Amino acid sequence: MEKRELTCIGCPLGCGITVELDEGEILSVSGYTCKRGEIYARKEVTNPTRNVTSTVRVTGGERERVSCKTRGDVPKALIFSVMEEINRASVAAPVCIGDVLIGNVAGSGIDVVATANIKAV
Amino acid sequence: MTAYDIVIIGGGPAGLSAAVSAYDSGCRSILILERDAELGGILNQCIHSGFGLHTFKEELTGPEYAARYIGMVLERGIEYKLNTMVMDISPDRVVTAMNSEDGMFLIKAKAVILAMGCRERPRGALNIPGYRPAGIFSAGTAQRLVNIEGYMVGKEVVILGSGDIGLIMARRMTLEGAKVKCVAELMPYSGGLKRNIVQCLDDYGIPLLLSHTVVDIEGKEHIKAVTIAEVDENRRPIEGTERRYTCDALLLSCGLVPENELSQSMGVGLSKVTNGPVVNESLETDIEGVFACGNVLHVHDLVDFVSEEAKKAGETAVKYVSGRIERSDETEIELRATFGVRYTVPSKIAVGRMDDTLTVRFRVGDVYKDSFVSVYFDDERVIHQKKRVLAPGEMEQVVLKKANLLSREGLSTVTVRIEGE
Repeated sequence: MEKRELTCIGCPLGCGITVELDEGEILSVSGYTCKRGEIYARKEVTNPTRNVTSTVRVTGGERERVSCKTRGDVPKALIFSVMEEINRASVAAPVCIGDVLIGNVAGSGIDVVATANIKAV
Repeated sequence: MTAYDIVIIGGGPAGLSAAVSAYDSGCRSILILERDAELGGILNQCIHSGFGLHTFKEELTGPEYAARYIGMVLERGIEYKLNTMVMDISPDRVVTAMNSEDGMFLIKAKAVILAMGCRERPRGALNIPGYRPAGIFSAGTAQRLVNIEGYMVGKEVVILGSGDIGLIMARRMTLEGAKVKCVAELMPYSGGLKRNIVQCLDDYGIPLLLSHTVVDIEGKEHIKAVTIAEVDENRRPIEGTERRYTCDALLLSCGLVPENELSQSMGVGLSKVTNGPVVNESLETDIEGVFACGNVLHVHDLVDFVSEEAKKAGETAVKYVSGRIERSDETEIELRATFGVRYTVPSKIAVGRMDDTLTVRFRVGDVYKDSFVSVYFDDERVIHQKKRVLAPGEMEQVVLKKANLLSREGLSTVTVRIEGE
């Protein structure tokens, strides 16, 4: 049996969570203080995912960069492929919060969306 | 001279929330003064997510969280001035400000809400020996350059200090292709949130060197390398533990200090522990009609709590303006922080003026495991809460009930402390 100690990243409280595993199968999860924590722990020991935030180049806007995020978590292993696509992307102003900047980024099925409003100049 | 009921100094998360709550409490004469070119304050450069879980019950990035509050300010038609620097506030609440359109101008305010936020502790305050070359940035400056201006500040990075911005920047620089060699922290514990150590350092294999500091900086024009050494329990470098790290950027994330030049020059009393104003239950400073909230009051970890605190400052400022709270002769109860508790905000309570409940926020001075947060009314223990972990990097709170305070006649001191059992 394997025991894994995790720190939940679901919110800034950072609860300590213990997961007991037997050959990859989850036997128990304890220490979480909300549903989010249990979901995180179960995912973290089977298929860890993260959301990725960065910036995308803007043309014709009042700012050079617009902040963006993956609308949902992507598998941890895809983070750097996601970043490569983000770094190649460019968008023309105006940009609004929620605009899709990259669809299905790195084949993850998740879109990259703008998280700020940039006016055109 | 123009006049407003409430003038709010700063259009960041605290100022925006205070403005919205003042409006919703019935005030229609509100002005926000912001020195930057847009509202939102530091949230605009905090492009990572993790904001808003308490306030909006969803996880937002900084710019999205700011946009929600900016939207609320615009919906209500609350007035604001951008690119406007406040030069002075007089004790009778005349605000002197300037911008390139209006020149220098005066505003008479019935109440002032201080919401100027905080600044990063600069290199000059850290006593790091060595040259002063280019390539040394505070973590927040690097964050602004990378996230807003779109400039990389280096390819090989060392970070001194494990504050949250430093940890966030370790991940950010890594994602942008830089090699972050290590994060060195003088103290034996991290100054940042646990979750940030997990998702910003552990995820990318970046070592966190606790009880380590930078003892030398090399490079005359541009930084070339730093030497990092372990420190003893007195935080003195231990000889023989030095290690050299080549780098082209050094980021400093060594603490935040409330920005109280304006408060100080108007004569507001400041706490030596928080560097923020001493306030009572109404978040009012020792100058009547002057309120404070957010990071100018004490440095927060969570913007959600800034918004909550600022909401309260907005409400009490309106009560003050409409004559519903007054300075009375009522004796104030002293809130005392002791045995592991570094400070409390507020630090004084006039029970007659408080709401049904009062949230008292505080920080501890060390890491405590399986301990208790206790509250004493004079000598009697009234709250005894078990905590798995208490750490200096994480703000804590207890809630006091007005009914309980009222039921203790002659109560003079409320003490918040940490106990082993």
